[in-house]
Amino acid sequence: MSLRKLWSVAWKELIQSARDPLSLGMLLGVPCMMLLLYGYALSFDVRHIRLAVQDNDKSAASRDLIASFVNSTYFDLVATPPPGTDLEKLTARRVAKAVLVIPERTSEDLAAGRPARLQLLLDGADANTASTVLGYANALVAAANVSRLAGSGGPAGGKLTLAPIVYEPRVWYNPELDSTHFLIPGLIGFILMLTAVLSTALSVVREKERGTMEQIRVTSLKPGELIVGKTLPYLGISLAATGLILVAARSLFGVAVAGSYLHLFAATLIYLIGALGFGLLISSLVDTQAMAFQLGALSSMLPAIFLSGFIFPLRSMPWPLRWISYGVPARYFNVVLRGVILKGAGLESYPQDMGFLVLYAVVVLTLAYARLSRREV
Amino acid sequence: MQALLAMIRKEFQQLRQDRKMIPAMIAGPVIQLIVLGFAANLDVSHIPLVLVDQDRTPASRALVDRFTGSGTFDLVGAEDTPSALDPWLVQGRAQIALVIGPGYGADVAAGRPPHLQAIADGTDSNSSGLGLGYVSQIVSGVGGELAATRLSAIGRSPGKVGQFELVPRVWYNPDLRSRWFYVPAVLAMVLMLVTMILPSMAVVKEKEIGTLEQLIVTPLRPWQILVGKLTPFVVVGMFDLVLITGLVTGLFGVPLRGSFLLLTGLTFLFLMTTLGLGLLVSSVVRTQQQAMGFCVYVLMVPMIYLSGLIFPIENMPRGFQEASRVIPVRYYANILRGIFLKGSGIDVLWPDSLALLLIGTTVLTVASLRFRKSLD
Repeated sequence: MSLRKLWSVAWKELIQSARDPLSLGMLLGVPCMMLLLYGYALSFDVRHIRLAVQDNDKSAASRDLIASFVNSTYFDLVATPPPGTDLEKLTARRVAKAVLVIPERTSEDLAAGRPARLQLLLDGADANTASTVLGYANALVAAANVSRLAGSGGPAGGKLTLAPIVYEPRVWYNPELDSTHFLIPGLIGFILMLTAVLSTALSVVREKERGTMEQIRVTSLKPGELIVGKTLPYLGISLAATGLILVAARSLFGVAVAGSYLHLFAATLIYLIGALGFGLLISSLVDTQAMAFQLGALSSMLPAIFLSGFIFPLRSMPWPLRWISYGVPARYFNVVLRGVILKGAGLESYPQDMGFLVLYAVVVLTLAYARLSRREV
Repeated sequence: MQALLAMIRKEFQQLRQDRKMIPAMIAGPVIQLIVLGFAANLDVSHIPLVLVDQDRTPASRALVDRFTGSGTFDLVGAEDTPSALDPWLVQGRAQIALVIGPGYGADVAAGRPPHLQAIADGTDSNSSGLGLGYVSQIVSGVGGELAATRLSAIGRSPGKVGQFELVPRVWYNPDLRSRWFYVPAVLAMVLMLVTMILPSMAVVKEKEIGTLEQLIVTPLRPWQILVGKLTPFVVVGMFDLVLITGLVTGLFGVPLRGSFLLLTGLTFLFLMTTLGLGLLVSSVVRTQQQAMGFCVYVLMVPMIYLSGLIFPIENMPRGFQEASRVIPVRYYANILRGIFLKGSGIDVLWPDSLALLLIGTTVLTVASLRFRKSLD
């Protein structure tokens, strides 16, 4: 393999991408855009739930309860429908996400020592939000009950300090439970997969489609030189994109790298080599750019979003998908990246995950090389 | 009319010529649906729990039993001291650690409030938040029992104090399966792929190869070329609609409570927006690669994320909520969930339909004008 030839192929590819500023801009601009989206706009953190309250009791007890819902800042009171309203319409028209119904005689029941049944009607279409809302409501009602117990207890009507269990929850690595911290490492894995696989695959297939591959074939280039030369620029661009994301994540969202940059770089490099190899493999299978895009998107983008633990926890998946996810490199990369960035761990904590990443890169590159050289590219 | 039909036939033939294309347009959606349907699940169960029980009394064991018996937590290991917990959480082998300090049983016996600590790996903020919620639910349950025992010990019957009881009723999705939320969303994603990205690449391909010029010198009018180019994608899109609706209801058990006819009609409105956007892209770019990149990154990804298909719009900051109003997918997402889960009719969905119609007409008009200009 001659370095000079390698360099000239890489240089040609770089010039070609520089002549296409739109695509180049997208390779660098898109990661930033996605970061802004994930950092500012997207979150599973449920706040300001639109709550409608139908208070049929209108007593001090019911008003206290409503106040505790509103003061929790989880709920925004958006409507107080009078008795007889079709409550289902409120959620169907998305006026309210939840409706709390306080029945008549609530205060009487409470005073008599009977349980008072409150009804909480939930729009379950978005199940995740609904579960969280239900959790908040349960906690608020439990708190109201404890304070009722405390208010009533004690000799001679005096107040009893009643703290049943002193419970201290602690959260490591992401104390605010901010979903941005969770999503950003996964985002890096996703973006790298996308740009590396798609841009390599399309750049090779483009030459096939335009017939310029034949011209390259008659030069003295060896297949290995062509492959490495064609992927080098994209390796550089992808690494630049990673750097850009890290800088932006730190300056905009305060997500700093807790571990070592060297470890981060090493893991990223291995992951990228696998991704680029996969792009080459795809380019050897198809003949048109449209097909390359379809196949690339389906086989890299989709698993990188859904089967990598980027957004959806792998533990909750049925076993066939969990088995498939063992073949998705982003799965291992996400574990390592979260470890290095958020937990300050080193690569030595993740020998298995790193092993799989290396294995994937080797297998994919071997396959791609075998296919591309057999076709005498 | 005959010219138009001939054009449409040519387009179908062209689509068929790339023999891998049609299977890809059908197999793609199915794979996407199966993956998303089974994978997109934020429900938290089997949370791996590691335990440090420094107390080892019947009281602490009873507490642990409440955790293991809840079905939400899987006990994956035990350590003697909290300092040994680090590797469990760093390597992700446990999500939550429960620490019962020495003296828990003695405190319970003496009627003092015992101490309890839970440590969560906050990396996955959503799972950890829900997991800690379950922990505090169990803890407050146990705490309530302890408080009641203590009250009766000092001679007050806890039965005398009226308690609230929350009876939740969940509409549309009683088991709170998050799959029901995500599966209809696949339809929107697939339609964007088939009726926005692929047509824009198909138009640009003719530019790239230079065959668009050949089409221009034929007696075909610009609108005939346009309709001819787009029709096959509309047909495949509609086929995908039927296919996916069948799978969504048959395979995933998501109910179709509203009318399929209404869904089909409103899907046409949505296709106006996707076709228009795809066409608009093809008039801006020169190569298929650019068309693909533009459609995916500038249109599809932000539209998927800001439309509420995956991340609820209510959780976004004000500015983004307002910005999402120009995104057609937002309205289509409402329509999909309305028709599938809530059984809504046009009386509820008319604002969303109107918005789609407005956006669709605008985009399609601008796109056709630009297309005609590029032909002249």
